Amino acid sequence: MKNKHNFIGRNLYDLDDYSADEIIAILEATSVMKEINERDYKKLPTLRGKTVCTLFMENSTRTRMSFELAVNRLSADLVSFQASISALSKGESLQDTICTLNAMGIDLYIIRHRFPGSPQLVHKYSEKPVMNAGDGRHAHPTQALLDIFSIWERLGTLKDLKITIVGDIAHSRVVRSNLIGMKKLGANVTVCGPKTLVPGFLPEIYGCKVEHDLETALKDADVIMGLRMQLERQNEGLLPSLDEYTKQYVLSKRTIQFAKKDALIMHPGPMNRGIEIMPEIADSQQSLVLAQVANGVAVRMALLFLFLGGK
Amino acid sequence: MKTIIKNGLVYINNKFEEVDVLFDNDRIIEIRKDIQKDADSTIDATNKHVFPGFIDLHSHLRDPGQTYKEDIISGTKAAAKGGFTTICCMPNTDPIIDNIATVEYINRKAKDFGFCKVKVIGAMTKKTEGKEIAEIGSMMEGGIVAVSDDGACIQNAKLLQNVMKYTSSFNIPVIIHAEDYNLSKGGQINAGKMSTKLGLGGIPGLAEEIIIARNIMIAEKAKCQVHIAHVSTKKAVDIIAEAKKNGLRITTEVTPHHLLLTEDACENFDTNTKVKPPLRTENDRQAMIKALNEGIIDFIATDHAPHSDFEKEREFNLAPFGINGFETAFATLYTNLVKKNEMSLEKLIEVMSEKPANFLKLNSGKIEVGKKADLVIADLNAKISFKSDNIISKANNTPFIGKTFFGKITNTFCDGMLKWSN
Repeated sequence: MKNKHNFIGRNLYDLDDYSADEIIAILEATSVMKEINERDYKKLPTLRGKTVCTLFMENSTRTRMSFELAVNRLSADLVSFQASISALSKGESLQDTICTLNAMGIDLYIIRHRFPGSPQLVHKYSEKPVMNAGDGRHAHPTQALLDIFSIWERLGTLKDLKITIVGDIAHSRVVRSNLIGMKKLGANVTVCGPKTLVPGFLPEIYGCKVEHDLETALKDADVIMGLRMQLERQNEGLLPSLDEYTKQYVLSKRTIQFAKKDALIMHPGPMNRGIEIMPEIADSQQSLVLAQVANGVAVRMALLFLFLGGK
Repeated sequence: MKTIIKNGLVYINNKFEEVDVLFDNDRIIEIRKDIQKDADSTIDATNKHVFPGFIDLHSHLRDPGQTYKEDIISGTKAAAKGGFTTICCMPNTDPIIDNIATVEYINRKAKDFGFCKVKVIGAMTKKTEGKEIAEIGSMMEGGIVAVSDDGACIQNAKLLQNVMKYTSSFNIPVIIHAEDYNLSKGGQINAGKMSTKLGLGGIPGLAEEIIIARNIMIAEKAKCQVHIAHVSTKKAVDIIAEAKKNGLRITTEVTPHHLLLTEDACENFDTNTKVKPPLRTENDRQAMIKALNEGIIDFIATDHAPHSDFEKEREFNLAPFGINGFETAFATLYTNLVKKNEMSLEKLIEVMSEKPANFLKLNSGKIEVGKKADLVIADLNAKISFKSDNIISKANNTPFIGKTFFGKITNTFCDGMLKWSN
């Protein structure tokens, strides 16, 4: 697989460091990986001898498994670090942890952390390429890439598509990375939610639209993405109740009729069925929810391949 | 012991004049052109400026209790390097400065080992916990110049009213760190464009403004002199300006970092930009410069807040708030405000020396016969850069690290004694 862009040695903190052409190159590499994942024998020897370390400082199931599967399928060695059973829980600083791991000869780090900016710190201490697997509310670029790939694969382009993202925008790293990536590929993104969950600065930063009324937000949408709504928001005084949220913002048969017919339905998971999305929508023919998960492995394989210089 | 500073451009009555300054021990005794008298020491200040020593109302010396960050010796030496001859230290030490013994400890250590004069600011509530009034009367015997709970903000209006009433009987000001805790909770940087982009918790200007407005109302009732620490938003300045117009005894200060930096400086998650109040917007920054030029903001204070590398070298959310300020203050302000014509040199000296001296009722802050020989000589064409190996403070936590500025302090005299030369 040849690629005119150079990804070797770079970091993936977020998509703002990558041009539209580079994002397309990642999508194309993802298609190749997807084909491999559909084979009976899902393994390439391409990263044999490379060592990848996954650092999950925050609970994660799907992202961690997806990354680790990607590492294994490309035949790299995997070191998996989990905060709950590690020295971090004994009070070791992130800096000391990284320096210790680095001494073992890691080629690339993948980090999930509840605090924004942590991937930059990992790179600072390790001087090795770092992929951000989600840092607080800041960014989740591999999720955005798999979302973008899922749309691109189905519709061939993102240019001039209307994409509406509904839910807890304020606390979502997925939204921030998607706003950057989707805009680069020419989509028009609208975000929708109650005012307490949609930061007012979004249009200025990302050039997106903000709506607080679901019907208006969904009008003529090509793609609809729901986000996980968490009970904590009620305790934080941002919402009166999940029930009231559902009444106003749930993606259901009734509400998605304002969008284009056959609009794609997406959700980064894990889903709260009956709160932000009704089962009949999540499981419908229009839904990309499971395709997103499958594509997640392929996107991460493509990224590892490109960033570690696989052949 | 007589010293003459010859041929310098001397700050006299808000202007610069080329005169000689003669001082005998700690007093200035003669100022005129071409003094031909014998002196024990003569310093040629040709092509240099002579300022009254800078005075800092807001600093943290971390002594007692956190001397791995700074102590009275390293802190005052860093201050002398920055041209400061008097600094006031905030009470958030360990133990808290809420009792006469701790006040006397600082007085004695500063007197015996300090490189500049140190005035103590006592806590206004015990342990700065915002529960009971501290022993302000006892601390007055140790010469405290003001009371403050420093980075803690009394949320209980009734308690603050009592603190203000009680303090007003000693004729010293109450210094307010304005922060509504419900509004600032979880905040890391200014609530705005950058916090949205970086996914960091925001501290809105409202958290500061609402407390300033409330405390002004309480101070009016309590007939108490108040000083608002490190003002950072345009709206906050407007509220203070209005209170001044209404005749309240209120003053305020601004830090160099709020005059020079905005929230944009946080973009790379540099924990050296993490400070309270947070770096605000360009609109706010411009308002700070304007208010300082117009006298609505009374003077500059550094809020020198040293933290060790290991404390700042970590996840942004876990790093402590604070910026190291003594050594960088003059050069950064001179380079970025005076040289860019945003402020005159005369004004900068006024707000770093004369105005805070008046606030503290010190016999310094001016170069006049009879005043204290607290004097600074600066070479404005000389460059100074800040690196971990030339920073005098024990801590390196400044966003100006690695950068070069104009305006080097070449000599600092405190009470007539040479405390810094380079």
